[in-house]
Amino acid sequence: MKVAIASGKGGTGKTTVATNLAHVAARAGTAVAYLDCDVEEPNGHIFLKPDIAETQPVSRPVPRVDAGKCTACGQCGEICQYSAIVCIGQQVLVNPEMCHACGGCALVCPVGAITEQPREIGTLRLGSAGGIRFVSGTLNVGETMSPPVIRQVKAAQPQAELVILDAPPGTSCPVVETIRGADFVLLVTEPTPFGLNDLQLAVEMVRALKRPFAVVINRADIGDGQTRRYCDLQRIGVLAEIPDDRQLAEAYSRGEMACEAKPELRGLFSELLRRITKAVS
Amino acid sequence: MKELVVISGKGGTGKTSLVASFAALSREAVVADCDVDAADLHLVLSPTVLRRESFSGGAVARIKPGHCTACAKCQELCRFDAIFLDGPGNGRIAKTFRVDPIACEGCGVCVHFCAEGAVEFVSADSGKWFVSETRVGPMVHARLGVAQENSGKLVSLIREQARALAVEHGRGLILVDGSPGIGCPVIASITGADMALVVAEPTLSGLHDLTRVAELAGHFGIPAAVCVNKWDLNAELADRVESEAARDGLAVVGRVRYDRAVTDAQIRGLSVVEHSHDGLAEDVRKLWTETAALLARSKGKG
Repeated sequence: MKVAIASGKGGTGKTTVATNLAHVAARAGTAVAYLDCDVEEPNGHIFLKPDIAETQPVSRPVPRVDAGKCTACGQCGEICQYSAIVCIGQQVLVNPEMCHACGGCALVCPVGAITEQPREIGTLRLGSAGGIRFVSGTLNVGETMSPPVIRQVKAAQPQAELVILDAPPGTSCPVVETIRGADFVLLVTEPTPFGLNDLQLAVEMVRALKRPFAVVINRADIGDGQTRRYCDLQRIGVLAEIPDDRQLAEAYSRGEMACEAKPELRGLFSELLRRITKAVS
Repeated sequence: MKELVVISGKGGTGKTSLVASFAALSREAVVADCDVDAADLHLVLSPTVLRRESFSGGAVARIKPGHCTACAKCQELCRFDAIFLDGPGNGRIAKTFRVDPIACEGCGVCVHFCAEGAVEFVSADSGKWFVSETRVGPMVHARLGVAQENSGKLVSLIREQARALAVEHGRGLILVDGSPGIGCPVIASITGADMALVVAEPTLSGLHDLTRVAELAGHFGIPAAVCVNKWDLNAELADRVESEAARDGLAVVGRVRYDRAVTDAQIRGLSVVEHSHDGLAEDVRKLWTETAALLARSKGKG
């Protein structure tokens, strides 16, 4: 079972929910893997404190032009939709950071002057934290495209009964890449006007991707009742409400797991996991 | 004209609340909401939309079922797993290939290499953008289409429009509300800005993310300053955030306390400084004074 934890708005508690779900699953003896797909700002390791067994570079193929073979015919520049390869006069210029690695230029070149060379854009880390298998990806600073790193994190998925995908915030390509293929999406929100607005955007996205989903309301006692009303009206399940608690916020600030700072929360996360499992089956 | 972009690395640190307050305090700004994935500034500034435009970030492939022979060339060449054999039959074959428009990155390889010319390239409807009037001044904002790509291009477009609007209205300041992370939309929001203000929180996650976003600003040569929001959640870490930021060459411009009044203001559709005057609002006012002074001294485009 693959469960993605997403949110729309940032800072609502995705990583808290994802790491604590992994924690209660591991305690119950489930083979669980935690995949940190927020490759721009990965934080799961701060809470799970994994032992990293393996580090791999993540690269993606970008074109290299053999000037000796190139006839400057311009076909590569014509097929490229991203201005990643442009032909100016007798010269072909490559902008690797714009490249989507579609392979079009190498395919279209009539003289075989273009080969694809790997370009490193990030790092993959694999390890374990207690009984939890841990995978995270980190995008190199200055690189624009996180989806290829997310794809690698998902491809490295170890054998597990339960795979938890910790998504980045937002509703565009990196989130879509994380959620693709998930059996269930949990949207973490907070009951504020910003939280609700971004939840609505996230719901539209998850519906467009045709994934089953439900909501967790974090800091449930702040804000107003609009989020709850919206979920009821839209018949969206609210699987858990996590209370606002300064002690929890302080524990979070120090990188402590909610379930360890407040062991009584284990019941809440175990029940959440049970409800997710029931919704998927 | 000066352009200040507010970013954070980590999400939910308070970018939008601060931008709304800065706009209310400055009174001479054009506001640009560049967090196009999850735009929230309109909830506080209640804009009246004056102009509404469509945005297309590129094209997506579409297979004409009548022409498809199911040769599978498109699927073989697609690097984005966007092509599936589940399109409608056409009398000759039971199933044709179909492009998943969400997975398609619009590279055009299938369009070019289909021997039957069965794949067309159609302009994607990627979202809408708006020019609006608000109680604190002109605003440019957008709504990215559901599960759409190209938020970087939309961010660049919004910044261009904001610049044009600033010239038109004779305003000397552009306030950009950025998105979390360090990827494409963030890069599009900071390149060429006069200064970036990083809103950090006093947590280990916040510290980790600040380091990366500060490095990003450095990578693109953008002068950056940092402020610590909700500093009293962990005073020790607030000190550490400031000292590490200073070590990385960032200016430290202020601290804002943790206060539930932020949420109250949001519910009333007000910025923090319009909602109250002491404590929290005083912190934000001081932060704006410091930030504006630093921005005035920044050697930007001028």
